[in-house]
Amino acid sequence: MEAIIKIKSLKKSYDDIKAVKDISLEVYEGEMFGLVGPDGAGKTTTIRILCGLLKPESGSVKIFEKDIIKNKKEIQNQIGYLSQKFSLYGDLSIDENIEFFADIHGVKDYQQRRDELLEFTRLKPFRNRIAEKLSGGMKQKLALACSLIHKPKIIFLDEPTTGVDPVSRRDFWKILSGLIKEKITIVLTTPYLDEAERCNRVALMNKGEIISLDTPNKIKQALEKEIIEIVCTKIREAYKLIRDEIGFEVQMFGDRINVIINNIEKDYPKIEKALKEHSVEILNYRKITPSLENIFIHLVRKAG
Amino acid sequence: MNSIEVNNLTKKFGSFTAVDNVSFNVKKGEIFGFLGANGAGKSTTIRMLCAILEPTSGDAIVGRYSINKQPDQVKKNIGYMSQRFSLYNDLTVEENINFFGGVYGLEESEFEERKKWVLKIANLEGKEKTLTSSLPGGIKQRLALGTAVIHKPEIVFLDEPTSGVDPISRRRFWDLIHELSSEGITVLVTTHYLEEAEYCNNIILINRGKIIAQGTSDELKKNYIKNTILQIECDKVIEALEILEKQNFVNEVSIFGNSIHIVVNDNYKNEEQIRNLLEKNHSINVFRIDSIVPTLEDVFIHVLEEDKENGSSKN
Repeated sequence: MEAIIKIKSLKKSYDDIKAVKDISLEVYEGEMFGLVGPDGAGKTTTIRILCGLLKPESGSVKIFEKDIIKNKKEIQNQIGYLSQKFSLYGDLSIDENIEFFADIHGVKDYQQRRDELLEFTRLKPFRNRIAEKLSGGMKQKLALACSLIHKPKIIFLDEPTTGVDPVSRRDFWKILSGLIKEKITIVLTTPYLDEAERCNRVALMNKGEIISLDTPNKIKQALEKEIIEIVCTKIREAYKLIRDEIGFEVQMFGDRINVIINNIEKDYPKIEKALKEHSVEILNYRKITPSLENIFIHLVRKAG
Repeated sequence: MNSIEVNNLTKKFGSFTAVDNVSFNVKKGEIFGFLGANGAGKSTTIRMLCAILEPTSGDAIVGRYSINKQPDQVKKNIGYMSQRFSLYNDLTVEENINFFGGVYGLEESEFEERKKWVLKIANLEGKEKTLTSSLPGGIKQRLALGTAVIHKPEIVFLDEPTSGVDPISRRRFWDLIHELSSEGITVLVTTHYLEEAEYCNNIILINRGKIIAQGTSDELKKNYIKNTILQIECDKVIEALEILEKQNFVNEVSIFGNSIHIVVNDNYKNEEQIRNLLEKNHSINVFRIDSIVPTLEDVFIHVLEEDKENGSSKN
């Protein structure tokens, strides 16, 4: 596969905060690539640099083999960007908003593309409604349509589903699947690890650094440990017991805990014994496939 | 023992019924998840349970008191935290805590102890003079929860408390919620994030003012999803997706990274059916086919769609 975006040793600071610390990665043509991590991980800064909206301190970004700083205008005509706080014109209709973005990008014969996009996002029945009268989910779809009017080859989405309800979120992912079919490369940021599972490859980011970069499956396989899920009484006590006295890494998920161990046959009896001694009753236990969330927490803890 | 008993609660705004004859019980010390899309009636229900909005009909007992007959008692015995934290940004941490201590009328001696507790759970010990506006989102959220329960209420209502907060902070926040619950405080929480609903002991799903599903997370997955979801790992994913979309045994298709998820219906027989189709007819290599456990999001979408169909057949 061919790299369509090449990032080398990228750095960016704001005063004395190092937002992005020396990251390098490549994005292949036609893939969905996720930058995943909590607030302050450097996701938004990275995506803004990639779009040419922010200048890096050092390092290079090449898109279509061209330097983003030297060829900003040319590259920007071939990419789309949807920011967290997308700006639509509230007093313009759906049709007029798209027309406006077509104008900005100098797209003359936009009518057919506009109809396609409205079909695609299922906004057609509402095309004459003004933007401020749309629901949150519809506004977001309109913003996406606007960023696609000039048929970009790559689209950058900054936390496109933050604060969106589950139904609209599902809908949005369907639309993104459609873009992948059109061979558009997608780079997105998300704080949700369940969404990261939908990407071809992900970069897990924390405090300006990439802590893991691969396909979701390979990231999980790299753990080389087993995870056992335990449902038991006195959950907080059990959590502290396993962490402090047996020394395994424990993650709490509501009424259950996940323990990261080397080997279930060898290690589970130790846990069982310790819990019994403290009269914690184990209601259920099973080995589970690690989720990206398990891995992420594990890596963040390991990094300290 | 029930901490909250809701009986036929209804709220109408003119001709619009926001909450439609809703009944449910919440046990003491339970973490109860209240889910629904925007406009489903979640906030209206919570406001009635907090006795700040009068129901059109029906009643609820909140910690032994009737919301209709003893609204003042109800208010004293509950804590409430909303999506827009009720903190004052231009006050310091300490001033915010003092303010809420005053609102809830805490005695001086008790207040000092509770103030220490709030500072501790928010990780703000030694930072009393910090301006609230300069705190990170996750810390602010913990401070907001601390002040909402400074008077040790029996019940606390959290209305989308984790909206816009990153996953690590959200998880820490949920640890805190579990801590409150283990102290016997009943927690009723609304959320958009369905993976968070997994942390709740019991869940209710409401849509258009009515309860459309309820149970524990496991019960919801077992009782409401009848169709199997399969994960297919293969090469030429996009081609495979387009083929699968057209099959009569497939209800829904979506891309999941390098694999495909399909929801199959009664026309589906076995894995061979898929292998034959993709491998023999289209020479796509199928590496694995697994059936997967539905997520709460799958349940949510499924139940909502059924509700939509029922609704339109009535009209």
